[in-house]
Amino acid sequence: MTKLNEKKTEGTGFIFQMESFLDKYKLPVCIAGAALLLAVPAFGFSQYLMRIFIMIGIYSILGMGLNILTGYTGLVSLGHAGFFAIGAYTSSLLMLRLNVPFLAAMICAACLTGAVGLLLGLPSLRLSGSYLTIVTLGFGEIVKMIIVNWDAVTNGTLGLKNIPKPAFFGVSMTLANNGLYYTMLIMVFLVAVASMAIIRSNTGRAFQAIKEDEMAATMMGIRTMRYKVLAFVISAFITGIAGAFYATLVGFIDANSFTFDVSTLIISVVIVGGMGTMRGMFLGAALLIAFPEVSRSLMEYRFVVYGLLLVVMMRFRPQGLLGWKSQMPYKLSKRAKALLAGKNEPAQTANG
Amino acid sequence: MAEVLIVQQVLNGLALGMAYALIAVGYSLVFGILRLVNFSHGSIYAFGAHAALLFVGFEFGVLPAILLSMVCTGLLGILIDKAALEPLRKKNSVPIAALITTIGVSNIIQNLLMIWFGSEKKAFPAVFNLPMIEIGGFRIQSTQLMMCVVSLILLLVLTLVINKTKIGLAMRATEQNPKAAKLMGVNVNFVISFTFFLAGASAAIAGGLISGYYQIVYPGMGFMAGLKAFAASVLGGIGSLPGAVVGGLVVGVSECLAATFINSTYRDSVAFIILIVVLIVRPTGLFGKKGITKV
Amino acid sequence: MAFLEVKGITKVFGGLVAVDNVTFHVDRGEIVSIIGPNGAGKTTVFNMLTGVYEIDQGEIIFDGKPIHNHAPQEIVKAGISRTFQNIRLFPNLRVIENVLVGTHIHTKYNFFSSLFRTPRFQEEEAQLTVKAIEILESIGLGDQVNNYARNLPYGDQRKIEIARAIATDARIILLDEPAAGMNPQESEELLRFIRELRDKGYTIILIEHDMSVVMNISDRIYVIDHGKQIAEGLPAEIASNEQVIEAYLGGVKKDA
Repeated sequence: MTKLNEKKTEGTGFIFQMESFLDKYKLPVCIAGAALLLAVPAFGFSQYLMRIFIMIGIYSILGMGLNILTGYTGLVSLGHAGFFAIGAYTSSLLMLRLNVPFLAAMICAACLTGAVGLLLGLPSLRLSGSYLTIVTLGFGEIVKMIIVNWDAVTNGTLGLKNIPKPAFFGVSMTLANNGLYYTMLIMVFLVAVASMAIIRSNTGRAFQAIKEDEMAATMMGIRTMRYKVLAFVISAFITGIAGAFYATLVGFIDANSFTFDVSTLIISVVIVGGMGTMRGMFLGAALLIAFPEVSRSLMEYRFVVYGLLLVVMMRFRPQGLLGWKSQMPYKLSKRAKALLAGKNEPAQTANG
Repeated sequence: MAEVLIVQQVLNGLALGMAYALIAVGYSLVFGILRLVNFSHGSIYAFGAHAALLFVGFEFGVLPAILLSMVCTGLLGILIDKAALEPLRKKNSVPIAALITTIGVSNIIQNLLMIWFGSEKKAFPAVFNLPMIEIGGFRIQSTQLMMCVVSLILLLVLTLVINKTKIGLAMRATEQNPKAAKLMGVNVNFVISFTFFLAGASAAIAGGLISGYYQIVYPGMGFMAGLKAFAASVLGGIGSLPGAVVGGLVVGVSECLAATFINSTYRDSVAFIILIVVLIVRPTGLFGKKGITKV
Repeated sequence: MAFLEVKGITKVFGGLVAVDNVTFHVDRGEIVSIIGPNGAGKTTVFNMLTGVYEIDQGEIIFDGKPIHNHAPQEIVKAGISRTFQNIRLFPNLRVIENVLVGTHIHTKYNFFSSLFRTPRFQEEEAQLTVKAIEILESIGLGDQVNNYARNLPYGDQRKIEIARAIATDARIILLDEPAAGMNPQESEELLRFIRELRDKGYTIILIEHDMSVVMNISDRIYVIDHGKQIAEGLPAEIASNEQVIEAYLGGVKKDA
């Protein structure tokens, strides 16, 4: 039984080698990575570049949010720009009109977005596949329509200007003092940790079971409807966080900040990176946000390229760039290992 | 006065609805055979309208231009299938892959149109330069009348093709059971290509008609029209031709009534509301059949 | 009162009566087989037992309580779990994760304790993991725990389906043609395994169209054909039942 945990799943190929390396040197790799990320501002990048880094962070969060829904639960949404908008508008309005501090505004925004996610999730009780996707697409458009027409609250086509920057302990977080960058790092970290916690639990397994075979999941006693709605709520909540942060970064939002193209970009992040992986979201966001900036001449063609990416990925690498399955053994918690060891050698444990 | 306005708007809606039906048919045809909602269909429709605009520029008449655009758009449909979707079928990919592929294709077409033609609205010549017709106090634009007539004829032709021809029989067989059809000697890939051609060609005609009606063309036009047509085909029961017509008419009429009596800014949202209500109340639509869960 | 009582269940699809007034009962610790030619309505019976289909008439009483037309989740929770005719594992999940999905129904920690990794979550999750590993070891797949379900050979996939069903803490396990697609050695091994399950206290209902598979293992057999029940009895009685032989068009004589 103890050998069991060392048993590898398959092969000894490149991925296995890499994973074993990362597993072996987990601590140093993490420290090096964290140090690098923390030290980025020290390299003296221009504000323009710092802003791109922050956008990559925002799209990583957006990717992680949609990943819960599309990557793990298998429900494709084309309306995440709508959630993004609700998050951005709610938090901006709270900050502008009621002087709510950023953190509180962001949490309220995320909760409201989650509640809207609950509403949008309800049709998923009856619909599957492409039908649901169309409803989400319609949802995104309806949100835009409401933003444009609800002048009294959203300021209509004029949009919201001068959205304040977050301030912690009286210090305003800006691009110049790198406060926004560090805020972004913290938020990405928290969202990533929370997503992982959800995925590696009963809930995450239910999501994946639904994606793999909904009927079989039902027959194992999973309340598939409830979990699909939950996936919508979590996904919307995370997207709302990203929206709140985006609004304070750019300082100005209107309906055109949340077009269908934004929804496409979010889903492209998930697909290019690798549906159902966490690592993929960072790579997907980095590639898709950085590439139009790298070559200005490509700017015009960026959405053509996004479209092309979706088509090419689906044909040649549907699992995404980083979408391999781990070849390391299933991660047993310390407690599970202790329990197993205890059952293996009950005499020793009793004596010890 | 109100009655006149209502009737007038209903007539407007019917004309628009027939054109929606032409787009909706494209969703239904492809869905029937591949069980796939073709998200790129709205862009195909926009492509059809732009192709017509381009050919109109060659100045050999509006109608030949639309005909030419039909062929081109039909071929675009085949190209999409051959280049992007057929390889997925060969690999037995999961359904979500085809869905995402059509989203990507839609993005490509729409943005290429934007780059080639510019994203602004461009004038499109009136297709039929005929006078207004007055019947019992109601004025009907001849364009509207012709939209209805042309759409009706085309839908009849489509119905005949599907029900009376050899290729139509092959289409129906493929729809029922692609594997069995293949074993019986039906060239399934040809049937699928043909279906994409029909869907593309009808979308192009709808593009020509609607552009001729509003007399404007722009790359983003396919997005809303595609959604409305999808709502129409879902309302009618996706996969059903008569359903597409009825659905198209309902969406067209309610859109025109809402624009007049509620608020014109909300005219586009009517289709969504219909869509969401239908999907929640009766997902199979008016003419759709209910499937049995197989385990 | 029997452990599971099925009284006159009927299912109609459109005009077609798929299952017509079928009645049977299963006692604790029995292996009962439902056999019949392809298309006889056997899987439909399973679908009615497990809540996939609503029944049009009749009653299903499990452990003294009616369960017909309950949601599948409630039926699983009550203690009935199943496998599928064409294997329906979660192919891209690991073997252990497949079995852990089976434990879902009796998991007590809630969403927030998993989000914040509370001690309660950690304790229960560890127990579930150990339980899953133990189940897999008990069916001889202890060395496949980490593998992905899709990589396993056919026979092992069938076993994982059964392991997943066991993980729901089911008391009755419904097996839908478990030996389908297996060679004689494999199905012999599987039958031995099913017998072991029974000896551990599980009650088993087995669907099979190939009579020879179930003859040795079943305590009792019910035969249905065209949705109707045509015979019931001990294996020996069924083997010599004329109606059954007729339904099978002589296929029995060759096998028996």
